[in-house]
Amino acid sequence: MTRTLLTGNGAAAWGARLARADYLPAFPITPQTEIIETLARWIDMGEMDCRMATLESEHSMITAAGAAAATGVRVFTATSSQGLLYGMEMLYTVAGWRVPLVMINVSRGLAAPITLETDHNDILAARDSGFLQLHCATCQEVVDAVLLAYRLAEDPAVRLPVIVNLDGFHLSFTREPVELPDGDLADRFLPTFDPGPGEIRAGKPTSQAVAVLGGGPYSYFRYECHLAALAALEVHRRNVDEYAGLTGRRYDALECYRADDAEVVFVMLGSFATKAKAAVDQLRQAGRPVGLVRPRLLRPFPEADLRRALAGKVAVAVIDQNLSIGKGGVLHGEISGALHGVSGAPPVIASFIGGLGGRDITAEEFFEIAGQTARAAESGQVPPPRLLYTLHELAEMRKLQAIAHVERQEEVPGP
Amino acid sequence: MKEPMYKSARDLPSAHLLGAGTAMCAGCGGLEVVREAYDVLGENTVFVNAAGCMTLMSVYPFTPFRGSWLYTAMASAPAGAQGVRDALDIRRAKGELEAGDDLEVVVLTGDGAGYGMGLSATSAAIDRGLDFLYLCYDNEGYGNTGQQTSPATPHGARTATDGALAGVAGEKKDLFGIWVANRPTYAATVVGSEPLDLARKVARAKSRSGPRLILALAPCPTGWGFEPSETVAIGHLAVRTGIWPLKEYVDGRVEHTRRPHPRLPVTDYLKTQARFAHLFEPEPNEQVLAEIQASVDAYWDAVE
Repeated sequence: MTRTLLTGNGAAAWGARLARADYLPAFPITPQTEIIETLARWIDMGEMDCRMATLESEHSMITAAGAAAATGVRVFTATSSQGLLYGMEMLYTVAGWRVPLVMINVSRGLAAPITLETDHNDILAARDSGFLQLHCATCQEVVDAVLLAYRLAEDPAVRLPVIVNLDGFHLSFTREPVELPDGDLADRFLPTFDPGPGEIRAGKPTSQAVAVLGGGPYSYFRYECHLAALAALEVHRRNVDEYAGLTGRRYDALECYRADDAEVVFVMLGSFATKAKAAVDQLRQAGRPVGLVRPRLLRPFPEADLRRALAGKVAVAVIDQNLSIGKGGVLHGEISGALHGVSGAPPVIASFIGGLGGRDITAEEFFEIAGQTARAAESGQVPPPRLLYTLHELAEMRKLQAIAHVERQEEVPGP
Repeated sequence: MKEPMYKSARDLPSAHLLGAGTAMCAGCGGLEVVREAYDVLGENTVFVNAAGCMTLMSVYPFTPFRGSWLYTAMASAPAGAQGVRDALDIRRAKGELEAGDDLEVVVLTGDGAGYGMGLSATSAAIDRGLDFLYLCYDNEGYGNTGQQTSPATPHGARTATDGALAGVAGEKKDLFGIWVANRPTYAATVVGSEPLDLARKVARAKSRSGPRLILALAPCPTGWGFEPSETVAIGHLAVRTGIWPLKEYVDGRVEHTRRPHPRLPVTDYLKTQARFAHLFEPEPNEQVLAEIQASVDAYWDAVE
């Protein structure tokens, strides 16, 4: 093991290098670009045996990624935000091809308005695509998740592509100490790529991704994909055990932090959960029994684990760093669905929306969320969904609007 | 790779690789082209398909191809070809594949994807110097969805979305010219009714590496409105009226492989198809007919 300082992007690149990815179809987009630049440099310097192709769009990039995986090589690629959505058609398509590949998504808010900063609407738009999803909270987790993702994707019982998600700026450009696994350890954990049953080569004709006629075959193949994703729960459990044995680092489908004896539990995804952890420690010091549950694996959805982790709690506060327009927090709906009708399910599952477009979530806000959620449990009244937004922010917004208003009036031509 | 010699029709491959019984319409000019080209390309070919009529060639669990097939999407078949080509090269470099395991990577696309949605991916594949053959069957409309106007629909044709009396106001896009401007290794126009010319060009394309275009006019009985038995005759007329010039771009120059002398009037071609019937009935639309003739004349005046 080598201990070094890496950004989340650097850690993602190291994951690809340790996995001995053969092929890198690429397209630049902030805040992901550092990943492909790092890999390109290693390839140029002869430090990594990999072929890179810069495509003209993410749609083409994901097509090339899927086609290369179907032809029998280990593929790594990366994107973010608008790029993920530009390639969305091909996410569904290559997942249906049942090709194992790993793609990084560096989460960034979606236009409009356009922004570079992080939230999870991009990755959650890919929720139903057939790509499995691993969500990271630290740079260490990024490098480890890439190896776990390949192992999961290439398992014969799974054969589905995997997205490893990390938050733009907060992880992508933040340096943290990272223990890099040694190359031979990575090789032991991740065997040589197996092209699977349908590789494309001469003398072994195959037709892939063909059309079907009628709902019967269509339903069959789609449901087979779903069953493979569900099978990934058990496969991942085994992989996590093995990886923990090799590295001492454990990445269960759920990260449960001081959750066992908690009465109120925060549930959230990604790097902002580290802020929640700090708040949990402070709340605990103040004698408040609060904990955190963070799904690392979002697809397949670790429903049974969530039920176990959350049953018997007094209340749950789901903090969504995303917004389903016209509905609310996506994770809130997922957690509510998982707990519905379960004996011992928490009577209060409160919804908070925060951290959109990189907006911070402060310790005070976590304290307030914990307080409101605990009071809701006492009163039995589930509070309406809340947007985390301060009076100060509103005042700043009003100033911007005032400037915009003045500017517009100045542009109005005179009589 | 050595180029086989096709001096006369007797030299054309006698064994046909493409199986029968596809979902293509009777008299499909695109199928005619695929059938003829496949005999020259051989079974060590992988077709990377863009959404279109030909997507229904391979329907689970049947395929007419002896080689491989990968359907992608409408916009990105050239990117699929990139992934397949690169992966084959990587595996050969690693010693996982022998030279005999290699494949000719062929994009199979219609004009809807080829002239429109897929143009960006195609242009980028040429930029990257991708070693692939791009086979476009041009039936001059979104044929699979019922012949709506595409960027390849000719001036004056009526389509499902241009049903007014004058037909399509715009001009057919010059995909061959776009390719040539990108300096590919090879580009050619063909039509299935000229199998010898087609075989020579496909063989020439196959003997080279890099980005290569085979652009085929594909008379479409259902979309253009003619009897399936007329496909070959209409292909002949497209060439003899000068509407579909047979040409190739090789070593930096465009050469015409057929110069129709004398050129038949364009009306000989137009009147065979229901999509142009409004130009003749109830009254001849002299203006549009003259525009079409003038455009063909101007093309050949510039050539000759």
